[in-house]
Amino acid sequence: MERTTLDLWVGAFVVGGLIALLILAFKVGNLSGYDGSEIYQVYGEFDNIGGLKIKAPVKSSGVVVGRVSGIRFDNKSFQAQVEMRLSKNYQFPKDTSAAILTSGLLGEQYIGLEAGGDEKNLNNGDKFKLTQSAMVLEQLIGQFLFSKAADDGGDKKTDQGGNKKAVVQ
Amino acid sequence: MPHRKVGFGLRSIGGAVVDGVWRLGYASRFFLMTLISSGASFRRIHLTIREIYFTGVMSLIIILVSGLFVGMVLGLQGYETLQKYGSESALGSLVALSLVRELGPVLAALLFASRAGSAITAEIGLMKATEQIAAMEMMAVDPISRVVAPRFWAGVISMPLLAAMFSAVGVFGGYLVGVVLIGVDEGSFWSQMQAAVDFRQDIVNGVIKSVVFGIAVTAIALFEGYDAPPTAEGVSHATTRTVVTSALAVLGLDFILTVFMFRGV
Repeated sequence: MERTTLDLWVGAFVVGGLIALLILAFKVGNLSGYDGSEIYQVYGEFDNIGGLKIKAPVKSSGVVVGRVSGIRFDNKSFQAQVEMRLSKNYQFPKDTSAAILTSGLLGEQYIGLEAGGDEKNLNNGDKFKLTQSAMVLEQLIGQFLFSKAADDGGDKKTDQGGNKKAVVQ
Repeated sequence: MPHRKVGFGLRSIGGAVVDGVWRLGYASRFFLMTLISSGASFRRIHLTIREIYFTGVMSLIIILVSGLFVGMVLGLQGYETLQKYGSESALGSLVALSLVRELGPVLAALLFASRAGSAITAEIGLMKATEQIAAMEMMAVDPISRVVAPRFWAGVISMPLLAAMFSAVGVFGGYLVGVVLIGVDEGSFWSQMQAAVDFRQDIVNGVIKSVVFGIAVTAIALFEGYDAPPTAEGVSHATTRTVVTSALAVLGLDFILTVFMFRGV
């Protein structure tokens, strides 16, 4: 059996196909996103997680430091328990707070971490003490309408002072 | 007599049904025989390599050019719609997801069916019409393991490679139109794409799809050729049926696979 030009073409074809697969995996997909660094798990309890999904990014100052790995409903506290996997490259103080935020007006939801001032760092299995729930549009509109109605009621009375009282009432 | 016409109609419907079931059974047996006697296509690998050249390498040009144009059209159309919502930075993920999940495997399989599948059917049909297959049997050479199985494995190997190249070139086409021509931000184009495309969920599922399509298209083409009546008309009908049946099979299988793969977790 001898080598032919046909073999060369078929070899080039197979190599081209494999290169295309590699391009898809590393340039198009996020396989290169796994830097192989070790991870640790932390938990957060939220009153309302809105549209948060598994695999949503966990960001601090806009940098992705981990991903949401699990969402459960806690039967005792009636809260959502969110499990996050953070890269060991990023360490946070124990009193770091977690908030569910939205990227852009219609974007996906992610968890934003705001570092605290504690000397000790978060360890595997720790819980965030301070959490802030996702904003729900209906509640926001409800609050806006309520305060608007209260404002209108105050304006009729007289000045700023009267306005404040009306809001309190 | 009207009742005679009714009887004739019923008979022809019944005949068509029985004939269809008959063909299906014969096709299943043919497929199993191909699988059983495919040992030779790996022991004598040069047979398979020759067929990869004719089915895979010769389909490269049409696959690459179509992929480029499909990606470019996706870039243009996606931009038109996305810029209405001010989210043209999501263009990358739109182009990549639609190519990797659906358009890459499906369009590559349709092109493969019309470029390589029809050629396989015509070749085997003519081999049968000119009694080459009967001659092989006379010489105690099993035509299934010598002619059919190498073509089958060549198709199954070529299809995922072609689909991957289609998707990769398509993403490049989307990049050309979106970033180079229109001027979408390059960083957000690639980063949104990488954030949206998951390796296991999207790319591996796309490859699985293209393997399934490769099996379906090649098996249909081989069977239609092997089953073709040994006349000029028979071979031409078989070639037409190959393209029609494999296009329908690819689209139907795509729906079934998509239901199982992307159920919106």
